[in-house]
Amino acid sequence: MQRPTIIEIAAALRDGSVTSRELTEAALARIDAGDGILNAFITVTGESALAAADAADAAIAAGKGGPLTGVPIAHKDIFCTRDILTTCGSKMLGNFRSPYDATVVGNLAAAGVVVIGKTNMDEFAMGSSNETSFFGPVANPWDTSRSPGGSSGGSAAAVAAGFVAAATGTDTGGSIRQPAALTGITGFKPTYGRVSRYGMIAFASSLDQAGVLTLTAEDAALLMQAMAGFDPRDSTSADRPVPEYAATLDASLQGKRIGIPAEFFDDGLEAGSEACVREAITVFEALGATTEAVSLPHIDASVPTYYIVAPAECSSNLSRFDGVRFGHRHEGSRDLEEMYKLTRKEGFGAEVKRRIMTGTYVLSAGYYDAYYLQAQKVRQLIADDFRRCFESVDIIAGPTTPTPAFRLGEKVDDPVQMYLNDIYTIGVNLAGLPGISVPCGFSDDLPVGLQLIGPAFGEQAVLNFAHRYQQQTNWHRMAPAFAAE
Amino acid sequence: MALSKSDVEHIAHLARLEVSDDEVADYVDKLSSIIDLVARLGELDTSNVLPMAHPLDMNQRLRPDAVTEINRRDLYQRNAQAVGSGFYRVPRVIE
Repeated sequence: MQRPTIIEIAAALRDGSVTSRELTEAALARIDAGDGILNAFITVTGESALAAADAADAAIAAGKGGPLTGVPIAHKDIFCTRDILTTCGSKMLGNFRSPYDATVVGNLAAAGVVVIGKTNMDEFAMGSSNETSFFGPVANPWDTSRSPGGSSGGSAAAVAAGFVAAATGTDTGGSIRQPAALTGITGFKPTYGRVSRYGMIAFASSLDQAGVLTLTAEDAALLMQAMAGFDPRDSTSADRPVPEYAATLDASLQGKRIGIPAEFFDDGLEAGSEACVREAITVFEALGATTEAVSLPHIDASVPTYYIVAPAECSSNLSRFDGVRFGHRHEGSRDLEEMYKLTRKEGFGAEVKRRIMTGTYVLSAGYYDAYYLQAQKVRQLIADDFRRCFESVDIIAGPTTPTPAFRLGEKVDDPVQMYLNDIYTIGVNLAGLPGISVPCGFSDDLPVGLQLIGPAFGEQAVLNFAHRYQQQTNWHRMAPAFAAE
Repeated sequence: MALSKSDVEHIAHLARLEVSDDEVADYVDKLSSIIDLVARLGELDTSNVLPMAHPLDMNQRLRPDAVTEINRRDLYQRNAQAVGSGFYRVPRVIE
């Protein structure tokens, strides 16, 4: 079976037609054969994965375990893992061994998954192309001369290529949804606070949220069930019960209202992508949903707002990398200040340094009010726009990205062009909302993503809409030729 | 707004980043284009808007001031480049 879903894998494990060891060996073989081209993994954990697979097989044989027991998955290398290196795509953490597991890692381990490795990513999740990784760019399985997007580019490529059925990701400005769109898979970002950030290396703490890259919304719901929930170790974790996500996947869309923001169908949206997204909306109409025009009048300001708030938080979060307690250290410094400066010069890549410097500038004396304070005010306006929309609609639909996958190297020297690629995703993070990207067609043979955005803690609605769409369409079943090779 | 060479050097110092002379021009160029992008926000009227404190209007949680972690210094120091007698070693700070 090519690119089986978690649901299909779980069924095969239950009826004994396959073992976790066989699945794990097959995944390791595919990575061995194909990852020289894709570079989706920073670390592959053969031995420990096989040991976990054997334990899962024993549990399944004893009639124990749950729907995720024995399913091979990968973690984005931003999640701390006690037994595997955690690099965050940076030279700075090239040798970092976390003393503990991230809550996401622990929750999924408790659910019985087999971790097959850590995926490549933009350095410290700062990038939209996976080209800022210290460990080299990742190639898109649909066209290996193109980017899979970022920052969860390794996770997206690994799932699209059929190495694993699912991988974890993080989304600060679109880092799950954008790579999912560009690689033709499903990418789900929950509400801010829904999934614990404990052990997820911080980039911009008021925006970061963990989620998943999968083949289907149904699989995303299954993983979310294991990942989500209150965590006393994360001070911004949401203390509210986790609903049964699978229970509402099949709910009828009859009479549901979809908001279509005119601002998401602007001149910047490539024509082929627009045609796919508009066609996708008619699928919901056929299911009984109605559409209405809504407006997000401040969405144009979301990219500038983000590029103040996110670098400001990053400059402060990344001040911990000083060469003293962990990470890279410059050897042979004469004094402490020189050690800090040379450690950070050598340990960070160009984009991370640009963001640290942008953040330092906007927070510096004399500029704070004009930049940071103004950005937090505009952020409130953007969040208010979304809130107003959700007074009249159940979901907002639009494109995930302005264009399909761009070529590696195409935007890497122009940070502003790269930043504008996240125009449709960034507002969702600023407002803290849940969003999903699902494949909805092709433009010039490259996958296009449909983005669905829900109100705060509206994960059930987002997954319900996405699942109903995938029951009516086959785009999520389309695999790149690379997956068959 | 264009940043100057000395702006970049000042920011780099505040961020404790060494920037060599041959890198300064590229930072001036790229940071200026980023600041141009974000400076557009100044055009929006926000005189009656309160700055966002939390995306979901939640309050910061408090917990009892109780010891919840044991001392695991040796485990934590495993990642340090230089330690001695349980301390982290750094270049001389006091002459």
